Amino acid sequence: MSEAVLSVRDLVTSFPIGDRRVPVVDAVSLAVAPREVLALVGESGCGKSVTAHSILRLVPRPGRIDAGSIRLAGRDVLALPVKEMREVRGRVAAMIFQEPMTSLNPVQTVGDQVVEAIRLHERLSRRAARARAAELFESVRIPDPHERIDAFPHQLSGGLKQRVMIAMALALRPQLLIADEPTTALDVTIQAQILELLRELQREFATAILLITHDLGIVNELADRIFVMYAGKIVEEGGREDVLARPRHPYTQGLLRSIPSLARRDEPLAEIPGVVPPPAAWPAGCRFSTRCPRVIERCHGEMPEMTSLSERQRARCWVVADEVGR
Amino acid sequence: MQNVVVVALLLGAFLTFRMARRNDLWRGAGRELRRRRPLALAVVLVFVVLALLDSISWIGGGSAEDEGNALARHKPRSVIDRLFPADFRERSYSAPLADVEFYGGAPLLHPRSHLLGTDILGRDVLHLTLKGARIALLIGGFTSLIVIPLALLLGISAGYYGGRIDDAVFFLISVLASIPSLLLLIALIMALGRGPVQVCIAMGVTSWVGFCRVVRGESFKLRELDYVQAARALGVSEPRIVWRHVLPNLMHLVVITFVLLFSGLVLSEAILAWLGIGIDGSWGQMIDQARDELSRDPIIWWNLAAASVALFGLILAVNFVGDAVRDVLDPRTLREDR
Repeated sequence: MSEAVLSVRDLVTSFPIGDRRVPVVDAVSLAVAPREVLALVGESGCGKSVTAHSILRLVPRPGRIDAGSIRLAGRDVLALPVKEMREVRGRVAAMIFQEPMTSLNPVQTVGDQVVEAIRLHERLSRRAARARAAELFESVRIPDPHERIDAFPHQLSGGLKQRVMIAMALALRPQLLIADEPTTALDVTIQAQILELLRELQREFATAILLITHDLGIVNELADRIFVMYAGKIVEEGGREDVLARPRHPYTQGLLRSIPSLARRDEPLAEIPGVVPPPAAWPAGCRFSTRCPRVIERCHGEMPEMTSLSERQRARCWVVADEVGR
Repeated sequence: MQNVVVVALLLGAFLTFRMARRNDLWRGAGRELRRRRPLALAVVLVFVVLALLDSISWIGGGSAEDEGNALARHKPRSVIDRLFPADFRERSYSAPLADVEFYGGAPLLHPRSHLLGTDILGRDVLHLTLKGARIALLIGGFTSLIVIPLALLLGISAGYYGGRIDDAVFFLISVLASIPSLLLLIALIMALGRGPVQVCIAMGVTSWVGFCRVVRGESFKLRELDYVQAARALGVSEPRIVWRHVLPNLMHLVVITFVLLFSGLVLSEAILAWLGIGIDGSWGQMIDQARDELSRDPIIWWNLAAASVALFGLILAVNFVGDAVRDVLDPRTLREDR
């Protein structure tokens, strides 16, 4: 594997709760290789979006990156001056957001917004940038790109808006595309189209994708590797096959069981009891210990380490560690 | 000096117009505006033209020398002034198109030519009313020009950047909001003087708070919006985000505020005039002077009516146009077939 496009090491991002700072992202490490699609999966509030925002240093105040290192294409993101950081955003790594309805400026035509994105980083005439925008619209399969380029966001459907967002993100051929729940706000049929598009573009543009999602269906479509996050910690990581077919961490197993399936439609849907505890109430030891069906004494006192299960797969669980050790 | 201002204004209007013609959105908006509110637009334009005509003035020329009126010869007179004879005055009241004075029945100097009669000092009411347009537009326009940029600057810096700046701006707002604005206004006019520009500044200082609060709240909201976040993720710098994404999304507020402010200011000048600290020659002052005459018998109504109708007409037209402008400029209400 060549050098990673993105490598995050022991990232800690905290938010103030009451009078102390709580690490919402707690010592997360991950690396994305060129052209790889890495999925970061977890329930709402597990810290996956904060991780994504940390990578571009866009953590909303009063959040703060406290420790760790982030390297994007060889550059130390946390040490970059603001001006260079702006260069990195968009050019090295770009982001697509969850909500295409509100991610576009309502008073500018979509074309102008794509042109702005292009001209921000490249010295191009308005005309050339517009031609480039039209090309981009074509490559994200927007029908009638030359007409749609002059449309205002409210004149486009949600799916088309998300395509515009993708076009904008890909405008400068970034090496990494961070997709934060790219299909959550869309209809199921549109979801499938956007996923298909992302897969094709990932090949065409040879870009790596960090896919943030809570939807394991999407993960199966797109991801090469899967990282499962729970309460600020990576709890399991591995290749798509490993994690989806042979999940080892009880949390991952629970997540997979709670996907509705036609084959098991007579049985009641399995669920993980309880909800993700809020960051202020995270238990000492293993953070899943309050909901885990296989919890043992040790889980309550000590945070488990990552246990290697194979060359690619690792899980953070005492039970799994015991099984492997035996 | 005044003529220079007029030329600058005309030049600015011309350049704005040319820029607007190049932009699709604005050109469409202009067409739509003419379609929706032709009458109100025409009324506003008439007032603007009157004000401009009254602003261009020079000394000498015209009928002044023929009349040998020493005062008129050394005073600059505007285009509007020159539409009337230089000594177009009577000794006191006269009714519209009358032959004789209202009291006493002495023959008039200019019989049957005072279309709207004369006031207590014998001045032609039509002439005064036309001249009032300039004062009204000055009150509304110039004060808005002070208020809106000030409120935008303070409101955006407070709402968008937050922190200490926000604290400071909010403190200022709270302090200003807790002083009765009429008292502050009177105090400022006492301190600054009673010239038109001074009164405008005083009114500006007391009326930016409301809009500033709105801008602050709106920028606060816009800062967190997805498209601002998305712009940041694309590497857009903060000043540029403010310029391209925050400010344009505040423009509809600016337009609405301008209209409300304009009418509000012109009307509140009438109240100032009633308190005796208005601007000389304003419609408010005309109304104030006409106050005593309502109790006379037979009633003297023409000067009150002329000033009120002019004031009412301008404000109504401005409100209609402003409402239409807001609809037209908001791309969300534009129709698809534009």
